Amino acid sequence: MPFGDLKPGAQLLLVWMSFLAPLVLWCAVSYIPFVWHPLMRVTDPGDVPYFKEDTLVEKKVFREENGKLVLAGKRPAAGVPANPVFLPAPHEVGRALHKSFTTPPRRNGEPWLHESLWHSIRIIFWGFFWSSVFGVPLGIVCGTFPAFSKLGEPAVDFCRYMPAPVFGALAVAVMGIYDGPKIAIIFIGTFFQQVLVVANTTRKLDTSLVEAAQTLGAGRLQVLFQVVVPGIAVDLYNDMRILLGWAWTYLIVAEYIGASSGITYFINQQAKYRIYDNVFAAILIIGVIGFGTDRILDRLGHVFFPWQKSSRPGLIRTLLDSRRKPLPA
Amino acid sequence: MTGDYKIQSPEVAARFARLKGRPVVMDVRNLTKTFASNGLGHTTLDRISFRVFRREFLCVLGPSGCGKSTLIRIIAGLDSPTSGEVLLDGRKVDGPGPDRGMVFQSYTLFPWLTVKKNVMFGLRMAGQSGATAESEAREWINLVGLSKFENSYPHQLSGGMKQRVAIARALANRPRILLMDEPFGALDAQTRAQMQAYLLEIWKNVDVTILFITHDLDEAVYLSDRILVLGTNPSRIAEMIEDPVPRPRGRAQFVSPPFLAAYHRLNELIHPPSAEPQERTHIARMTMRGDDVE
Repeated sequence: MPFGDLKPGAQLLLVWMSFLAPLVLWCAVSYIPFVWHPLMRVTDPGDVPYFKEDTLVEKKVFREENGKLVLAGKRPAAGVPANPVFLPAPHEVGRALHKSFTTPPRRNGEPWLHESLWHSIRIIFWGFFWSSVFGVPLGIVCGTFPAFSKLGEPAVDFCRYMPAPVFGALAVAVMGIYDGPKIAIIFIGTFFQQVLVVANTTRKLDTSLVEAAQTLGAGRLQVLFQVVVPGIAVDLYNDMRILLGWAWTYLIVAEYIGASSGITYFINQQAKYRIYDNVFAAILIIGVIGFGTDRILDRLGHVFFPWQKSSRPGLIRTLLDSRRKPLPA
Repeated sequence: MTGDYKIQSPEVAARFARLKGRPVVMDVRNLTKTFASNGLGHTTLDRISFRVFRREFLCVLGPSGCGKSTLIRIIAGLDSPTSGEVLLDGRKVDGPGPDRGMVFQSYTLFPWLTVKKNVMFGLRMAGQSGATAESEAREWINLVGLSKFENSYPHQLSGGMKQRVAIARALANRPRILLMDEPFGALDAQTRAQMQAYLLEIWKNVDVTILFITHDLDEAVYLSDRILVLGTNPSRIAEMIEDPVPRPRGRAQFVSPPFLAAYHRLNELIHPPSAEPQERTHIARMTMRGDDVE
């Protein structure tokens, strides 16, 4: 990094801070009345005709109504400051997180949360899988041979600007309303980027390695498979992690197409029932799954590629290393 | 005043007579390289011709930017000449091949392969089976003294060790000629001196011809049989010098008369006394009186 690295202790502290700081802010907004709380939750409607218990009212309205009542000599309403319904407090989301996994679906035939999640993960997996099957080899070939670069990349670059969701209707027409078009959207959203990213990574390979291989007698195919592919493996792997993150961003759109399904269906149902705790819970779960997967892949990267210098250790590594004595050089 | 480098002691003269009696491994004929830049042809190499004899140690010396690297890259087959040709054992060179091993300044070890696998690379490319290649690679690793590190990855080695692996990797292919492009340029002075002595030892024990590029005058005189000096703009052969220092070589010879004679001649060729007076920048005094350092 341009300004050097931190001591392990400071790194650990900041890693915790990056999670704790937003949480503390969320708690502050949720539990300290004067931080935000723009509404009043009615605890006793008093003599206001349209107030009911638990109604959320704007503070200004609440004050005006009570003012009128006091002037008229009637019983004023009572209430406590509250946040809008769309901002549940941490403990409510925590409870919902537990509840959303343990409560059966409202209607027969609706999936449990874990079933919805599993369905979403399958969509992502297959979309990303098929994209990689075609995109990675094509990217490597484009990055290696100038002729293929000129032949393939301009068209791919052109398609990259078409938002994947616009293919939704087409995908449904071709592949029906179930998982087919959803996987296709993930594929389209990932594939074009993937070809260009992989081609770029391939081009960044140190050409002196290719030259060294040639002076050692390697032919074109040998250079491709024994120098280019292993030479870019580490960067390619990290690209794939980033691309997998992009695939997740297409998930919600993909799941709207045809018959709504997966985690999107769950979130929509909960929002319809106005159970925002569950909505937050589901969003958090997506974050945890995405982040968790990436961390696991990061760890696996060190197992797959023992030759890589761990110049910038990942998050979990930082956490683990802070408890472990450094290895002798 | 130092003597004339052309004065050779009888044993050195006899060495050169023997050397020139050996077959020619490589024949470079009228090599010219022109780069197009801004619509103008810029000539880097201008009609370079020389021969390398079998088991010779030939250094190519020149100031930076003189096209030394272009020359060695053309010989390796990584670049092609605008005109002229390179013959190896009488056959025209076309593209890179294992008969011309190359050692680069930047090591160029494959970071994903262990030391052993790096040395095996060329052997595997030549179609050798894993087991044969492995035992052969072990011998070369042993030769460069890195047996303990055969399972290490390149990033775990020091610069000198990396370059030794690169030498072993190139030699494992049994090249007709070993091309070395400023191989010790990135090493610190002490390691460089060790590597130079070490390379002479390898050269003595392995049947190989070496073409070595450098801009370091000491290095050239210490290592070479003959030194090919290139001039700049465009670079032509300024002189082919027969190194008058007797072998075996040692650091003590650095102050011997033949060494100094050769060194001074090289210095004249590389840093010619300029006709124009050297421009000197006047630096204003910015320190306090009493803070003088000399």
